[in-house]
Amino acid sequence: MGLRSGTFHENYAQEMAILSSRRQWGMVVVFIVLLFACPLFLSDRMLTILTTMGIAVISIHGLNILTGYCGQISIGHSGFMAVGGYTSAILCAKLGWPYWAALPSAALAAGMAGLLFGLPSLKIKGFYLIMATIAAQFIIIWFIIQLRGITGGTDGLLVPKPAIGPIALSSKTNYYYLVMVFAILATITAHNIVRTRAGRAFIAIRDNELAAEVMGVSLWSYKLQAFFIGCIYAGVAGSLLIHYVRFASIEQFPFMDSVWYLGMLIVGGMGSTAGAIFGVVALKVLDELVTVAGPILAAAVAPQAAASLALISHGLIIIIFLIFEPRGLHHRWQMVKAYFRLWPFSHEVSE
Amino acid sequence: MTFFLQLIVTGLAQGMVYALIAIGFVIILKCSEVFNIAQGHFVLIGGYLGWTFLVPLGLPVWAALLAAIATAVIMGLLIERLMLRPMVGQPVLAVVMMTIALSTVLGGLATLLWGAEYKAYHGLLPTINMNIGAISIPSESLIGLIVSVICVAILMFVFRYTKIGLAMRATAEDLQVVQSVGIKPTTVYAVSWIIASVVGVIGGILIGGVSGANMDLANIGLKAFAVVLLGGVNSVGGAIVAGIILGMLENVAAGYLDPLLPGGGLAQVFPFFVMIIVLIFRPHGLFGLAHIERV
Repeated sequence: MGLRSGTFHENYAQEMAILSSRRQWGMVVVFIVLLFACPLFLSDRMLTILTTMGIAVISIHGLNILTGYCGQISIGHSGFMAVGGYTSAILCAKLGWPYWAALPSAALAAGMAGLLFGLPSLKIKGFYLIMATIAAQFIIIWFIIQLRGITGGTDGLLVPKPAIGPIALSSKTNYYYLVMVFAILATITAHNIVRTRAGRAFIAIRDNELAAEVMGVSLWSYKLQAFFIGCIYAGVAGSLLIHYVRFASIEQFPFMDSVWYLGMLIVGGMGSTAGAIFGVVALKVLDELVTVAGPILAAAVAPQAAASLALISHGLIIIIFLIFEPRGLHHRWQMVKAYFRLWPFSHEVSE
Repeated sequence: MTFFLQLIVTGLAQGMVYALIAIGFVIILKCSEVFNIAQGHFVLIGGYLGWTFLVPLGLPVWAALLAAIATAVIMGLLIERLMLRPMVGQPVLAVVMMTIALSTVLGGLATLLWGAEYKAYHGLLPTINMNIGAISIPSESLIGLIVSVICVAILMFVFRYTKIGLAMRATAEDLQVVQSVGIKPTTVYAVSWIIASVVGVIGGILIGGVSGANMDLANIGLKAFAVVLLGGVNSVGGAIVAGIILGMLENVAAGYLDPLLPGGGLAQVFPFFVMIIVLIFRPHGLFGLAHIERV
């Protein structure tokens, strides 16, 4: 990423700062204020969409660290969300734990599941790891069905209203604030994790495993760390999702969600925190368009057109991005920014 | 004992169909190093194509089979040309994601064209009854077994004795050498996708003839992955052996353990347990080549 002309890094603190100019700070503050003002002027339906987007953003940040930065492809992310979601549902519904204690436990449980299913990654990679994570997804869901006594099996599990101390989180607005706080925290931590020693090790592993190992990066330790961190995000997201719906069922964690999460990452741009957010927003907006267009198509063409539209449009958008913009929306956005920054010297636009 | 043998025989016939589908996967992998997640969706399309040609169009079985194969050839060609050709040389994740996207598009098309409904065409395929002692072999299983064996034999013949088969084996061996002697890799890729799509569709008709065509047929692809991993991803022979092993194991495990487990449904997750165990203890499978990485 190039620098704005007139912005110079004169000391180490400036070099390391995430936001390097006052204008950037201003834009971020305005964005956050707008985000928190949303409930004042948006309808319930819009708030629901934004809340699910926030939950997806948290989950995608985890997947981005695992897949985008560490290069360990996972198509079982929704399964890890299920671990987190069910853990906090059981703790709250069966054991009567308060929500503030159940949420970190859920994150930890999902992280543990990630460690367990991350073990094969020490020996295998690429396609083999994809298969192992797909297997993880199905095995987790199967265990949830089998442990009917505590999870409710296929019938699902009712979850009481979440509350943190005296603040009940029953209304849509309250829950929206909770999710947004977590989404912002997740974005900040995710962006910083990849700047640490561990984050640089992840990138080294992604770019060349063998070279990383020769340089002294412990594959064993860092791959498992990536799985652990990635799945902690999934656990938090799963817990937030379950308590939002106030009902835990395996239908909330289908295999296809794992696929769409990876699709969001590809559409947004892998290996970039902003890309993760772009991807979520893009695919969720597409979802909404499909929901709106579905009934119209169903009336005009055939009743099953609505159901197929979602599948075909999602598949096509991923195909289009893979062929024409494999680096995702984030890269496109960088190019637009660079173009305006360098205007009229557009030939200097570069990565 | 009869129960056990019955499970083994049913498993054998089922496993042969798995092996046939898995071979399609292995061929694409060997020729173009693409992991085709959509293999199961070829089976899905095949199941519905079988219904379309047999029931509403009322074709005789041989004509329906030919029509389905012709459709599969066109489908394979289109997929290779439009989706996979631009992905040559891209990283593994991008290519895998492309085949996943392909699988959702195929699933969506099946929903659009056939409404995701259950379509039965039970009993339209020819029947052969056979009994060995007390074990009865279901005629559909026997048909599946015979057709699969014939298909595998044809494929083996093509690989060994025809020019395109030689080109495919050479491409699997070394892409650069193949290009330098004037074989077009793109032709080889196209043929490998056609073969994969055709065996998938045939597998779909075989299974659809037994259980009817429905959206669950796509899950057969997941079983094919377990077969492929168990046999070793780059071994056609391994896929056959592993297919039979997995078919038998799955039937025996489901037959004996399902009554003991409250939720049941072990047959559905069984392949995944096999996958995880194989991946942890023997990632290159029974007959695959161990991967050696050089810098």
